Amino acid sequence: MTLAEQIIARNTSAYEAKAGDIVMVQPDNVMIHDIFIPFVVRKFQEMGFSRVWNPEKVVIIYDHLVPASKIEDIRHFKIGENFAREQNITRLHKSDGVCHQLMCEKGYALPGQLVFGTDSHTVTYGALGVFATGLGYTDMAAILGTGETWIKIPETILVQIDGRLPKDVYAKDVILQIISDLKADGATYQALEFVGSAVDEMSVSSRLTLSNMAIEAGAKAGLFYPDEKTRSYCNVSSELISRFSKQENSRYKKILYYRAEAFVPVVALPSNVDKVKPISELGRIELDQVFIGSCTNGRLEDLQIAAEILKGKKIKDGLKLIVTPASRDIYQKAAQNGLLNILAEAGAIITHPGCGLCCGRSGGIVCDGERVLATNNRNFIGRMGSPNAEIYLSSPAIAAYSAINGVISNH
Amino acid sequence: MIRELQGRIWKLGDDIDTDIIIPTQYLAINTVEEMKQYAFSPLREELAGLIQNGDVIVAGKNFGCGSSREQAPEIIAALGIKCIIAKSFARIFFRNGINNGLLLIEAADVHDNCSEGDTVQVKLNEHITCNGKTYAIGKFPDNLLSIIEHGGLVKSMIRKNSGARR
Repeated sequence: MTLAEQIIARNTSAYEAKAGDIVMVQPDNVMIHDIFIPFVVRKFQEMGFSRVWNPEKVVIIYDHLVPASKIEDIRHFKIGENFAREQNITRLHKSDGVCHQLMCEKGYALPGQLVFGTDSHTVTYGALGVFATGLGYTDMAAILGTGETWIKIPETILVQIDGRLPKDVYAKDVILQIISDLKADGATYQALEFVGSAVDEMSVSSRLTLSNMAIEAGAKAGLFYPDEKTRSYCNVSSELISRFSKQENSRYKKILYYRAEAFVPVVALPSNVDKVKPISELGRIELDQVFIGSCTNGRLEDLQIAAEILKGKKIKDGLKLIVTPASRDIYQKAAQNGLLNILAEAGAIITHPGCGLCCGRSGGIVCDGERVLATNNRNFIGRMGSPNAEIYLSSPAIAAYSAINGVISNH
Repeated sequence: MIRELQGRIWKLGDDIDTDIIIPTQYLAINTVEEMKQYAFSPLREELAGLIQNGDVIVAGKNFGCGSSREQAPEIIAALGIKCIIAKSFARIFFRNGINNGLLLIEAADVHDNCSEGDTVQVKLNEHITCNGKTYAIGKFPDNLLSIIEHGGLVKSMIRKNSGARR
């Protein structure tokens, strides 16, 4: 069985799970974020439910709208708080960071579990060996009422990466290249499974970057087998980790082999994530703004990489550099070890933890004709404000160098 | 439930993402009725005002990719679209569309052989006819057909809940 099949078999208490079968599953946890909460509550009521099936399995997180930038946003917060109170949901985070970072950080998504969330980047938890995927508010409302939903067990594309990544190549370059090879719909309805010696070497933070962007190839999940690093990050038993491993008889829809040494620093061009080019072929692209943050690349590791490059330097005159740590915990650690100070001295605007500019609601929205380089996961038309702005995507390292030079660059 | 329908085509391309269908800045608008005027605005600002009840969208591959926002299929339904024919759909959009009572049909060749304003006919689980050509289409799995037959997941759950009380 593939990892997706192993996790679903465990969830359904079945001896075996097979791609293509439609099965009823019972999620270990579900997550609802602020933009969706009023809609979930309304559908829940319309369906005729009054009690959540198990309040201990529900997490509500405010992140897209925090702090409120429009008067209407507050309605979302109030509805969420009332619903949490009524239903005895205690895991409510009002300003602690991006939902996906918190789900992983707080132990709400653990190896072998099955988790649904109302945001498409719920696939992030796959880095921890969690079968996690996004749903809409109607599906979520039905799960809140019944504790179950149907899924079609996905076929899996194996992505094997062996060897050592070059020094100037990061997890973001790897996943952008894979998406470019698969294309934006190349993994639709399917799971990705990442294996190989380069993957084993990756930190949990880097794996989260890969899983986070699995959805940009249309994938239902982006999975890693849990290992010692996962065990330590999640604080779970070795026995639990040992239940999931790559099996000889697994059937894959497709296998992509990569030599780690062959990856190069890349950038995704406006306005599709799969429109990827090596930075060496890019030419001169002048920038108005750089954004370092999001559930893709707003972790401590990312801020560290950026700070090392920006230490003692100044960003280009007239350019705006916005840094948004993905969670309160990351923010505090980055403050304690001096990273925020280095970034601020270089000229960065450091914002509160949350989705920030990635969802185009606050923290540096752009106007017609502006050009942004960002470390998040999407560069769609209008994503950060004006539909006539251009959004490029890159690693935090390229983002930091580019902020200094004012043009997209890698040194 | 709708087993057969006919409508005028609005033609869209590949990878129409949910940020195009409804940008984030409009997601906190109180009702879908107020929100629907902004549908597709980054791509074609005039489109939402032109779509009429019963029209059909014919799109390329990966329709509805990106964010899980269910406002996307809900405002499309609110504009009066009953059916979207695409080369393929992104999976979250597919679930959300069915849950909102939209007929989502995968057909590889219709898009390349039609123009905006043409008329298309759909016979559920059987075929699509457009410009004198007929295209076979797949059958919905039973669990999806039952949601479609009930008129979406909300109605399906209402039935379940009222049945449970009886």
